[in-house]
Amino acid sequence: MIDDAVLSLRDAAVSVGGRLLWSGVDLSVRPGEFVAVLGPNGVGKSTMIKVLLGTLPAAAGSVTVLGERPGAAGEQIGYLPQRRNFDGSLRIRGVDVVRLGLDGDRWGVPLPFARRFSSGRRIADERVREVIDLVGASAYAHRPIGECSGGEQQRLLIAQALVRRPRLLLLDEPLDSLDLPNQAGIAALIHRICVQEQVAVVMVAHDVNPILSYLNRVVYIVSGGAASGPASEVITTETLTRLYGTPVEVLRAADGRLVVVGGPEAPALHSDRHADHHSHEHGDRHEALR
Amino acid sequence: MSVFHDSYMTTALVAGTGIALACGLVGYFLVLRAQVFTGDALSHVAFTGALAALAFGIDLRVGLFAACVLIAVLFGALGRRGRADDVVIGNVFAWVLGLGVFFMTLYTTNQSGSSNSSGNQTVNVLFGSILGISSGQAVTALVIGIAVSLVLLLIARPLLFATLDEAVAAARGVPVRLLGYTFLVLIGITAGEASQAVGSMLLLGLLAAPAGTALLVTDRPFVGLAVSAVLGVFDVWVGLTLSYFVPDTPTSFWIMAVAAATYACAVAYSRMARRRRRPGVTAAAS
Ligand SMILES: Nc1ncnc2c1ncn2[C@@H]1O[C@H](COP(=O)(O)OP(=O)(O)O)[C@@H](O)[C@H]1O
Ligand SMILES: [Mg+2]
Repeated sequence: MIDDAVLSLRDAAVSVGGRLLWSGVDLSVRPGEFVAVLGPNGVGKSTMIKVLLGTLPAAAGSVTVLGERPGAAGEQIGYLPQRRNFDGSLRIRGVDVVRLGLDGDRWGVPLPFARRFSSGRRIADERVREVIDLVGASAYAHRPIGECSGGEQQRLLIAQALVRRPRLLLLDEPLDSLDLPNQAGIAALIHRICVQEQVAVVMVAHDVNPILSYLNRVVYIVSGGAASGPASEVITTETLTRLYGTPVEVLRAADGRLVVVGGPEAPALHSDRHADHHSHEHGDRHEALR
Repeated sequence: MSVFHDSYMTTALVAGTGIALACGLVGYFLVLRAQVFTGDALSHVAFTGALAALAFGIDLRVGLFAACVLIAVLFGALGRRGRADDVVIGNVFAWVLGLGVFFMTLYTTNQSGSSNSSGNQTVNVLFGSILGISSGQAVTALVIGIAVSLVLLLIARPLLFATLDEAVAAARGVPVRLLGYTFLVLIGITAGEASQAVGSMLLLGLLAAPAGTALLVTDRPFVGLAVSAVLGVFDVWVGLTLSYFVPDTPTSFWIMAVAAATYACAVAYSRMARRRRRPGVTAAAS
């Protein structure tokens, strides 16, 4: 089971500042699988991503990412942090931001006129163009990224995460703060990448509905407990009601899709999410990038 | 009639070029990272450092660099991931300026016999004296300017990554904190060197104006970096030349005037470009 797993957690637990956030999480993800990490605000979903990135150690259990300890295979991971809109006045082109995903960790500056002489540079340019095409951002990639809309910026950032052909994508609430058509569009895009490029995707989401039809596997975290397994087993009225401790209903809509409703912090309630942002001390700082 | 005929002008051009290069490059990231206030604070730290050195009777430039670099590192230590917030900077800034006043009093009281020269030194630190420096000092300024520029170019790409996308850069293995500190030290050195040329009060103009101009005229980061450096050198050269041809006017005034004028032109240019671009734009050529 571990052999071809991109990612595996065994009885993993994590604590932040001496407080146990979650424990007993088992998860195994194979190439081309789409996994959602769900749960209310503040339970430690972003923290799970940090554990997978290796910036935070697991308190218990074992964590293997791409066959190594977390953090060792950073090259092959595409990461999209939670938050973040670029400052409206930032005058750097989207294509340059994507480019940094490819070679941003290299010292020095790109030499002028290198395109004419260096084949490596041409290949890199071609790759950036290709990945921008893949996410459908060609129309605005050459505009200053600060002038792009939230959805456009999100597509560019997904391109940045994809540009090195990662084997694993870690996406932290990529649909947050997008309108419904954009949520659906980005969710479909991520699913397409997952299938086409055989990338394993772990996506943190607050609202499961836009991605429900694409999911292979789900990790549900609520304070004190966690459930993981195939989407069809976890996203049921019984499991969710047990996890949340209040009635949650999983309904089948007219077109056959599942919809999750109910619960005090149920993922489907958008208005709840915003109220929650204010009432909770949230670990992440949603600061605008300059 | 040649500007280069007078040796003090050559000296000033040599020093000014090194300083302007460093200011242009450092300034670009300063503006991009929204750390202009840090640059402003450090340029005033230069003033305190110089006065402290004078008060203790050591070489003015030792005090200046020591103070700038120390406070730069302090800013990093007090901030998150090597980047201090405005409140921290404001507090340290005020405290350091207070110290400056203290050292100034100490110095002028001790030197009451030869009050004239002490007054001059203080004024020089505040407003710059690029025409008064020796050729040895000019070469030092050039060397320091080039050294700062080279280090900055070396870290430019990961620094840009860390600036635009800190979390992703960190996950990719970019030493975000170390880069933050390195950059602060570069600001400190630049502030220390440049304050001798244009003075603590006006240094901010040389740090912010070329960079602000560059960000207005191009949205390509590395082109902008180059434009910022070239503009810095341009401002200093034209400023020096103007001060040469208009007798009895301060150099710093002309340098700042040219810097402000180029910035104003860039604002006008970008407004016009934006207006032209407005109806249904898609992509520009790569
Ligand atoms: N650096 C930190 N220090 C202390 N507590 C933290 C830190 N980061 C996050 N937390 C806490 O850990 C909990 C989980 O945070 P997070 O993983 O961001 O939640 P989620 O992404 O599920 O909304 C929160 O209660 C938050 O306050
Ligand atoms: Mg989070």
